[in-house]
Amino acid sequence: MAIGRQAAPPVSDGTLLKRPTWTTGIGSWLTTVDHKRLGILYIVSSFLFMGLASIEAFIIRLQLIAPNQQLVSPDAYNQLFTMHGVTMVFLAIMPLGTGLANYFVPLLIGARDLAFPRLNAFGYWVYLLGGLFIYSSFFLGGAPDVGWFAYAPLTSLSNNPGVGTDFYMLGLVITGIGTLVTAMNLIVTIISMRAPGMTMMRMPVFAWMILITSFLIIFAFPPLTIALVQVIFDRTFGTLFYVPEAGGLPILWQHLFWIFGHPEVYIIILPAFGVISEIIPTFSRKPLFGYPVMILSGIFIGFMGFAVWSHHMFTTGLGPVANTAFSLTSFVIGIPTGVKIFNWIGTMWGGAIRFTVPMLYAIAFLIMFVLGGITGIMLAMPPFDAQVHDSYFVVAHFHYVMGGGALFAFFAAVYYWFPKITGRMMSERLGKIAFAFFFVGFNMIFMPQHFAGLLGMPRRVQTYDDGFGFEIWNLVSTYGTFVMGTGMILILLSVIWAFRNGDRAGNDPWDARTLEWTTTSPPQHHNFDVQPVALDRDAFWARKHPELAHGDDPALYDHDYDAGGIHMPGQSWYPFLMSLSIVIGAYGILYQNFVLAIVMAVLIVFSTYGWAFEGVGGHHVHPDDDAAEGATD
Amino acid sequence: MPMTHWLRRAAIPLLGTLLLAGCEFTGLQSTLDPAGPIAQAQLDLFLWSYWLSWLVIIGVFGAMAYALVRFRTRASDPDRIPTQFHGSTKFEIALTIAPVLIVIAVAVPTVQAIFATETRAVPEEGDVIVNVTGYQWWWRFEYPEHGVVTANEMHVPVGRRVIVNLESADVLHAFWVPRLAGKRDLIPNQNNQLWFSADETGEFYGQCAELCLGAHAYMKFRVHVVEEEEFGAWVDAFEAPAALPESDDQRVRRGHDLFATKGCTTCHTVDGYRGDVRVGSSDFPNLTNFGLRTSLAAGVVDNGQENLETWLRNPQIFKPGNYMPRVWSEDDPNADEEIAAVAAYLLSLGAGAETEALAVEPDTLAFTTSSLGGDHGDR
Amino acid sequence: MAANAPTAPADAAPTGHGWRSSKLPDIKLMMWVFLASDCMFFGSLIGTYLIYKDRSLVGPYPLDIFDIPLTTISTFVLLMSSFLMVIALHALRQNNIGGFRLWTAGVAFFGSIFLGFQIYEFLHFVDAGLSLNTSLFGSTFYVLTGTHGVHVAIGVLWLVSIVVASYIRPVTSEDAVYLEVAGLYWHFVDIVWIVIFTLVYLVDFV
Repeated sequence: MAIGRQAAPPVSDGTLLKRPTWTTGIGSWLTTVDHKRLGILYIVSSFLFMGLASIEAFIIRLQLIAPNQQLVSPDAYNQLFTMHGVTMVFLAIMPLGTGLANYFVPLLIGARDLAFPRLNAFGYWVYLLGGLFIYSSFFLGGAPDVGWFAYAPLTSLSNNPGVGTDFYMLGLVITGIGTLVTAMNLIVTIISMRAPGMTMMRMPVFAWMILITSFLIIFAFPPLTIALVQVIFDRTFGTLFYVPEAGGLPILWQHLFWIFGHPEVYIIILPAFGVISEIIPTFSRKPLFGYPVMILSGIFIGFMGFAVWSHHMFTTGLGPVANTAFSLTSFVIGIPTGVKIFNWIGTMWGGAIRFTVPMLYAIAFLIMFVLGGITGIMLAMPPFDAQVHDSYFVVAHFHYVMGGGALFAFFAAVYYWFPKITGRMMSERLGKIAFAFFFVGFNMIFMPQHFAGLLGMPRRVQTYDDGFGFEIWNLVSTYGTFVMGTGMILILLSVIWAFRNGDRAGNDPWDARTLEWTTTSPPQHHNFDVQPVALDRDAFWARKHPELAHGDDPALYDHDYDAGGIHMPGQSWYPFLMSLSIVIGAYGILYQNFVLAIVMAVLIVFSTYGWAFEGVGGHHVHPDDDAAEGATD
Repeated sequence: MPMTHWLRRAAIPLLGTLLLAGCEFTGLQSTLDPAGPIAQAQLDLFLWSYWLSWLVIIGVFGAMAYALVRFRTRASDPDRIPTQFHGSTKFEIALTIAPVLIVIAVAVPTVQAIFATETRAVPEEGDVIVNVTGYQWWWRFEYPEHGVVTANEMHVPVGRRVIVNLESADVLHAFWVPRLAGKRDLIPNQNNQLWFSADETGEFYGQCAELCLGAHAYMKFRVHVVEEEEFGAWVDAFEAPAALPESDDQRVRRGHDLFATKGCTTCHTVDGYRGDVRVGSSDFPNLTNFGLRTSLAAGVVDNGQENLETWLRNPQIFKPGNYMPRVWSEDDPNADEEIAAVAAYLLSLGAGAETEALAVEPDTLAFTTSSLGGDHGDR
Repeated sequence: MAANAPTAPADAAPTGHGWRSSKLPDIKLMMWVFLASDCMFFGSLIGTYLIYKDRSLVGPYPLDIFDIPLTTISTFVLLMSSFLMVIALHALRQNNIGGFRLWTAGVAFFGSIFLGFQIYEFLHFVDAGLSLNTSLFGSTFYVLTGTHGVHVAIGVLWLVSIVVASYIRPVTSEDAVYLEVAGLYWHFVDIVWIVIFTLVYLVDFV
């Protein structure tokens, strides 16, 4: 971890490396600490990884279109589904949520940046370079092929001598570092940088969910990291953690993995809940129904997320007592989740609903999340789980939750916030056509997989025989990829269209309710000319409709919060340098080239000191002076 | 207008599900076509939750559809600002109780079913005990009470409780015969157990359900549920397996010799094989009474001269990734003749036993892997 | 999560970078969050150690090689370093720069002694036939105590850096928060050692 030093003044212009000041060009992106730029980088990177994962998924579906296909070898198939899972979970959906949080949490809470801007940049670069590190395995002897949860002892050197597993283990440790520091950063930001007047119970739900998510991350990622390190040590230094012959317990990996893995599900889905809780009120023109209940149920889900991990392990022979306990805790999670669904419907009830593209995605989210939730309850019944665990039924279930749930919500978010990020409106018509393809395609792919699973088709098999009744379901499923793929291409086209022809978005194109819509689209470098204050939950709505506002505290307005100018942090090379050193060092460990690893360790130490002594730096902005200042992004 | 679109879009998958629920879901590995009490209990639980879920779907989607239609913004008044209400404690409580009730309705039968199906069985008189060891990518079945060791095909008597002790020799596997019982994992250093019984005779298909790389997709097996007498005969066939095939067929005798000279005995055991040859190791499939099996290569294709020859010629064709070496090189002039002989020999194993009737049931041939068999069988 | 005091802008954090809704300095909050996370790191390692306890197939076993008196001394040294940390922070808060330097260096020195003990112990254990890949005990013991040792080493480096930096860039009592954060870290590492000492070393002897 970094020596989180927010250096004391006086601020230097860089001690070891000269402090960069570019505002455009590649250097400005490599050294940026602006949460909005990093948010864009996160979002774009996660979509690129999602593209790769989609190609992998497409090949998987082509292979399974008919029985006994031999499009790819079993080995290649194993790599494809492993990388599809790893990519979607660690490199696409979760960073997409992080990217949205990066861009919008400060705007939603009325802040100018995250609490630790350079740490934020570090988190991003570690994620990106870590993701590329994992992907480089395709060219360096084969990608990971052990499934995204990499059960021991399949990962031991004797069972899996290829480098793919090493890439998986090291890569996830690296990206995990990024996830951890960003989560810590967001926690501090949300606790200490809310606008004047914005109490915790006035905070937008998205920020709340990100806060809960971040707490889940800081508690869930360490067990994963430790488990990964144990396997790395097993493979590199010959330790015996998961060596059955030495008494090691492969089941321990499963426990450590799922103590991380189940909270991970909520790490992905809670930001989605947050997004939906922003979009539905906006397009229903009504406050969120039951705000405190929504927050509490989010917290409750977060807590319970740590008490259900063994429901991924019902078939490992934990015994009836443990299975009962974990079954019941899993059922209990259904209650706050159900409450959330009801509250979203309650939000729409009595509202003035506008069927914009983001709202369509939000409604689709509700439908598919309910379906995924229902199969989730079914899977929480251990006797039934014994049948469909590790079958296509499970595949269908988690795609409904992760894809139909989280991904649709994030698509809703991207459509919702696109005008804010780019200053351009997307085409509603094209958006709706794309949505239709996307939604129908998604259901065509995954609904049939329930039936394939019930008919006894295991997951992770690169082929199946005819005569089992799997054919029709797999055929429909594969056809669905073409429909959904068309939707994805249309979405891509509509983004290009928006950049070329999109109408200028004003500050507030949706008649929205929260603070990010009070500023320009895209926001200036310093977000807000004047420090916003929050008098109500829907702070912007209350400003637009003072007669509907709840509280007022004129004293909040009286103070000049920006006296002396708005401080904006300076750019820095160290986050990028440190991330690069970590990733190159990982190659050193992987290839047991310890000289390289040590050189990189020295560079990491160098960056740490450079980082600490360089200080936060930066300059002060005085919006009133109208000074020509590089505020354009 | 957009509303009706919406409803239609949502209705298609839902209606589809409803219609499909009426269909018969039979299949060789269908969890919806149970043939024993365990699989039946598991299905019953699913069906209970399935019908209950329709209650949820109709309630939630109905309320949502109503809200979407009723409270849509109309063209006549696009800027309407509705009443800004923030919630209602009464509603919140009601809406919390609803999922609680549903959860209780699911939880009670679930807990009952857990203890009914997953409680560890204590062997009693009359139980059949099978020790299963998973290997990449085949199954070893040992009947400790009967002294039988075989591979990939289990025989069990109908109606009796079968206790399966699960162990793995390498990585994780999962033992799954959907029509008889849900799966249980095979984990090194962990003694797992599964028990089931079958209500009807027949051949039941099973498959490994936990990723074990390589030929994982081909790690299948079969469970033959047979009448009590047949089971006895099958066990008897292992007591005194034929040492030398009593066949007059020269091919079989030649195959018998080749089995040793070609090195098959390095890995594979055939009980009663010539006394002067040390045969096999327990870490490889035991081929005693091989002729009684209906399938090859761990349940991948049907057993028979033609498929067996294909398998021996190149084991990677039926089962890519498996560890069986290729014994005959491509340009070996004697390959065809020798392979045919070894295949004939293997198929003769157990053929003399009274259990011949079991050997190949014609109706199971209905699902051969025709594409594979056809392509390579006529070489 | 203190509620905002709407009319008290003077509460802005000492960094002076705009409005703050929490009275806690950001870096201090950050350290608490990090330590919460670090608990889970050590929790997983200690959990692994306990689960694998008594599962080793070959010796040496804990009872064969642990030298409780020796480890008690090193534990005591580490405990005392935490005490010095409190004094050092107090000195800096009093603007007693000399005292601050002396006591902080003392903490680092005591930490180094602890590390010396640990290195001695490791070498001794390796001599006795216990290495990383001897048994589950070896694997779990070295990885757990090694991780702790790395924490101590980072702490020593950090404290030394703080002392050295104080010569390059003058410090005042206003900078106490930076030492305080390092102190939080140091106390945490100390507490973790108490847990390890109890669960790994002592439990076998009761």
